[in-house]
Amino acid sequence: MLNTLPVLEFKSSTFFAPILILFNNDLIAVEDALRAKIDLAPEFFRDSPLIIDLRELNRQQHDIDFNQLILILRKVGFFPVGIRGGNEQQNKQAHTLSIPVDTVREQGASIIIGETQKTEINPQVSPQPVTPAVKTPANPAPVPPVIPASTLITQPIRSGQRVYATGDLIIMSQVSAGAEIMAEGNIHVYNTLRGRALAGVHGNTSARIFCFDLQAELISIAGDYKTSEDLNKQTYHGPVQIYLQDHALIIKEIT
Amino acid sequence: MARIIVVTSGKGGVGKTTTSAAIAMGLAKRGHKTAVIDFDVGLRNLDLILGCERRVVYDFINVINGEASLNQALIRDKNCNMLYILPASQTRDKDALTQEGVGKVLEELARDFQYVVCDSPAGIEKGANLALYFADDAFVVTNPEISSVRDSDRMLGILSSKSRRAERGEEPIKEYLLLTRYDSDRVKLGEMLSLNDVQEILSLQLLGIIPESKSVLTASNAGIPVILDEKSEAGQAYADVVARYLGEDRPHRFIDGKQGFLRRLFGGKK
Repeated sequence: MLNTLPVLEFKSSTFFAPILILFNNDLIAVEDALRAKIDLAPEFFRDSPLIIDLRELNRQQHDIDFNQLILILRKVGFFPVGIRGGNEQQNKQAHTLSIPVDTVREQGASIIIGETQKTEINPQVSPQPVTPAVKTPANPAPVPPVIPASTLITQPIRSGQRVYATGDLIIMSQVSAGAEIMAEGNIHVYNTLRGRALAGVHGNTSARIFCFDLQAELISIAGDYKTSEDLNKQTYHGPVQIYLQDHALIIKEIT
Repeated sequence: MARIIVVTSGKGGVGKTTTSAAIAMGLAKRGHKTAVIDFDVGLRNLDLILGCERRVVYDFINVINGEASLNQALIRDKNCNMLYILPASQTRDKDALTQEGVGKVLEELARDFQYVVCDSPAGIEKGANLALYFADDAFVVTNPEISSVRDSDRMLGILSSKSRRAERGEEPIKEYLLLTRYDSDRVKLGEMLSLNDVQEILSLQLLGIIPESKSVLTASNAGIPVILDEKSEAGQAYADVVARYLGEDRPHRFIDGKQGFLRRLFGGKK
């Protein structure tokens, strides 16, 4: 048949959803804390999709009644749309409940935040560790080796935007003055870097920053930093890399 | 369904209202039924630029609050019967705007009009955020000056993260650059940022360069959008902008300020 219109097409897109990180397997405490959070911003949370992050819980080897957790989340008005960092059993339970299991980006999620939303995009429930009401035996689920995934961003990072990556951060577009990019690993900018770039923010002193054109306001590796005032003393032609040597930031042209 | 255009900048005084009036008139003149809304609640200006300030009875906030119907508040332009103006309220402030209310008004306008132009207030507060929230296209008005460029860059970040399209994960707002108050003589002297300098930071699709022109102020004071002054460079530049937005291919003018030898010699400026 000629001239038939396609019935459908697939497109790829990025969505923002809050991630619920659990530190405690006491479901009563979790529900109380959730309700307290929702009361602060009922409109923001109403019917919100939610991704459940179980990494912390599994690291502490606290088991959780997954089915009960989903019931509670739905009761308070969330739509759980995914879990990550779950063990084999939890993943299986999620599958039974038709909740997708995120494994691809497990270690390297990034968020771009317009600054006023930054506290709300990642709501963390009861960040202070509370002693769990029920102690459960250690879960023997095998812990996969931690390979930090990298985050790729192709659109420009504009003034006032912030990006955080738990692994490496690769940016194909420019980073404007007044923007802030942070990574626990390395930062690559294949364009002009005018904003602030902070690599190794969790103290990884071997992290590096690479960029095509260094015009940054501030660069930092594992807390050691230089501002544009120091950077402007020398001009660099072409791509540079920045690394840490004896607590001093070294900027070298890549030739 | 109408295409919703937001005219925005972040910084004040760069020519948002002048641009809103000019492009709304330009679209209407070409036969597209167009509405232009003043989002600058409390600092109403658009009605002055369009010369309809004496005919304002009801305003945008009255419509949002249900105190008047949209038809009662819309003012038909005296120069072009395809152009309608929805003025802002002068006695209220931006808190009178609600997302729900703005959404309802835009939805109603979208049924009847082909283009809705939203004239954003300066800043990045409620008025500006609501002006851009429902937009399909954004005209980012920038002066060739470092603080204006920085503010536009900030605005582009907000456009890409806080609009309805961004929240719903739809195709992002189409962003266009409009470089206003461009003085090619001062650019040559290095006193003003050049088009290239601005594009290096913003890298946007350029819709047009509006040269600095005395006719803009004259037109504003007279309450006639400058696009109707077909002899002026600014008026022609805005006509080009509208044509390019509608998909016509027109070469960019006014970048080098093509002036005659004598005018350059005597420093004459139009």
